[in-house]
Amino acid sequence: MSGGVDSAVAAARAVEAGHDVTGVHLALARNPQTYRSGARGCCTLEDSRDARRAADVIGIPFYVWDMADRFHEDVVDDFVAEYAAGRTPNPCLRCNEKIKFAAVLDRAVALGFDAVVTGHHARLGPDGLLRRSVDLGKDQSYVLAVLRRDQLDRSIFPLGDSTKAQVRAEAAERGLAVADKPDSHDICFIADGDTRKFLADRLGETPGDIVDAQTGAVLGTHQGAYAYTVGQRRGLALQTPAPDGRPRYVLSITPVTNTVTVGPAAALDVSDVAGDRPVWTGGPEPAGPIECEVQLRAHGDAVPATVTLANGRLHAELHRPARGIAAGQAVVAYRPDPAGDVVLGSATISS
Amino acid sequence: MAYLDHAATTPMLAEAVEAYAAAAREVGNASSLHAPGRRARRKVEESRERIAAVLGARPSEVIFTGSGTEADNLAVKGIFWARRDTGRRRVVASAVEHHAVLDSVHWLAAHEGAEVTWLPVDGLGRVPVDAMREVLDEHGDEIAVATVMWANNEVGTLQHVSSFAGLAAGAGIPFHTDAVQAVGQVPVDFAASGVAALTVSGHKLGGPAGVGALLLGRDIACTPLLHGGGQERDVRSGTLDAPGIVAFAVAVEAAVKSQQEYAARVAALRDELVARVRAAAPDAIYNGDPDDRLPGNAHFSFPGCEGDALLLLLDAQDIACSTGSACSAGVAQPSHVLLAMGADDDRARSSLRFTLGHTSTLDDVEALAAALPGAVERARRAGRR
Ligand SMILES: Cc1ncc(COP(=O)(O)O)c(C=O)c1O
Repeated sequence: MSGGVDSAVAAARAVEAGHDVTGVHLALARNPQTYRSGARGCCTLEDSRDARRAADVIGIPFYVWDMADRFHEDVVDDFVAEYAAGRTPNPCLRCNEKIKFAAVLDRAVALGFDAVVTGHHARLGPDGLLRRSVDLGKDQSYVLAVLRRDQLDRSIFPLGDSTKAQVRAEAAERGLAVADKPDSHDICFIADGDTRKFLADRLGETPGDIVDAQTGAVLGTHQGAYAYTVGQRRGLALQTPAPDGRPRYVLSITPVTNTVTVGPAAALDVSDVAGDRPVWTGGPEPAGPIECEVQLRAHGDAVPATVTLANGRLHAELHRPARGIAAGQAVVAYRPDPAGDVVLGSATISS
Repeated sequence: MAYLDHAATTPMLAEAVEAYAAAAREVGNASSLHAPGRRARRKVEESRERIAAVLGARPSEVIFTGSGTEADNLAVKGIFWARRDTGRRRVVASAVEHHAVLDSVHWLAAHEGAEVTWLPVDGLGRVPVDAMREVLDEHGDEIAVATVMWANNEVGTLQHVSSFAGLAAGAGIPFHTDAVQAVGQVPVDFAASGVAALTVSGHKLGGPAGVGALLLGRDIACTPLLHGGGQERDVRSGTLDAPGIVAFAVAVEAAVKSQQEYAARVAALRDELVARVRAAAPDAIYNGDPDDRLPGNAHFSFPGCEGDALLLLLDAQDIACSTGSACSAGVAQPSHVLLAMGADDDRARSSLRFTLGHTSTLDDVEALAAALPGAVERARRAGRR
């Protein structure tokens, strides 16, 4: 229970479904003052109080579990290391994989609980298939697609059949004060939302070249390649305009040479995506190529593709090119379905 | 439910509840000059006298406060401030104090220029009397105030308070003791102990929460924390809480008068609890002084378990106990008391406190004995990850 509206309603619904429910708030900050403060965070003292009040109102026991060390190692340090390696990580996804449905779930199971209930917007029915939420704008199946079968088997997502607006209305009806608490958007452990500064504080300034993809000419310098994301256009501060006058975008980041390569929008088009560490939960692992859709970043559109699983890697051949695809993000394969698109599997984009 | 957390707070005595309700129905500010005011004043003064009588103090030495925490703050900061002007900036405190004292001392060091000497404890949580002697020899003329608690709230260890008080008095240094956990549990006599200041709290002995007292020797200078009407000897301001004070006095009197009989009964029950816990978890470590401890306190470390996990599992079976340590945002920190006793982080985090009180019965102990083996097994499984 983060202290937000979703987990509060999820807990209330789990109680109503007849489960014996205990509320747990995760303390993720080593020093609670250092993480985001105010209503939008996920790990402040205020959030912990809000979560406790929600548990009171629902009438369930409530505890705070200290996961700060695990979170720091598995999510925050990983986040920094991924950027340093020229990739663009998704910390929420990592937190689901390593904390909520691993450290927390393991502890809960050892203590005698059967499952972890969260307020994620996704559907997980008796068929064991993970599907998109009915609220496509709030759908979080993308950040849950990393979960393995054994993790999904011990997960309950009671909100997947409701829109966010319905969840808020229900919270208000239930007398939960968090009903109109604003959504959290940004990365919870970056207090002021300034990712670039957060990384600079940890990685230091490492000036390098910004290079033109076509000519190899040095167009400018940067203070640290980690501050750039593939597809980024703003903040390049290039003096020389492109010969065709068109805007230039970050095409790739090469940590070994500390260069940021830029070029025209068309060069961002990607048709082939390879991913590491695949998980496949939407059925038996396919022996050959299958037709499905893939989503390549949070809140991105799904693109039709042919997906192949082979040699511990996932390969997606996109039927129409996608842009701004960054290594470190997840490639998630979906099977379109009128009852909610089904997550087939996912992998971490390597190239 | 088995309530095994009497050191956190203990049920109010029926007679204290009655006294509270009766007084709460009356109007009257004890500082008012009219008849209702005088009636309220009279109740407060009678209460002061009752408390003074059973604790070996003079009525004028009883300063009512809004909590044990406030009394601790007042003693430590107030005496420090009053004597700082004479060039004395050192505070001497034991490493195992309650946060009300501990954090006051840290605050004085951080904001008021205090120098601090922390008195160590041995493996049983006892402050060696020699440690006090050494500090006095070395820093005697710099010390503003010294403080060592009468009984530790976590592990229950009793301290040699009168020895410390005697040494301090010999060096002309005011000595404070936090006796919040001691009053009603062990004999406490303000005058006989020789201390300059002593903290009592209502809700640990059958009175209400939100009322306490500092027993403060007449000649001990103390700068107020709160300024206003100067109701309590000009050392403490704020309209007196007559119903709370009346109920507090009823509880103090009852607790002190029944102390011997209470301690014998509760210690026997506690010994039974300890035996049952040892039978259920043979590798449990019994923390604190096995002999010189509070009658109702049993404190253990359960190797391989987290205290937090045990608490949750026992709570789910309607057994209320405590990890004994302070919380920040609800997160248990490893106990500074256990760490000061030389325990490592794991042992400190694996501890659980069971405290008995005036309503405890053998049933409570049996409920714990029945639930503990399963809880320890599960917590151990969870702890191994
Ligand atoms: C040793 C000790 N000192 C001080 C206090 C604080 O007393 P109160 O709860 O009245 O503020 C407590 C109890 O929490 C205690 O155990």
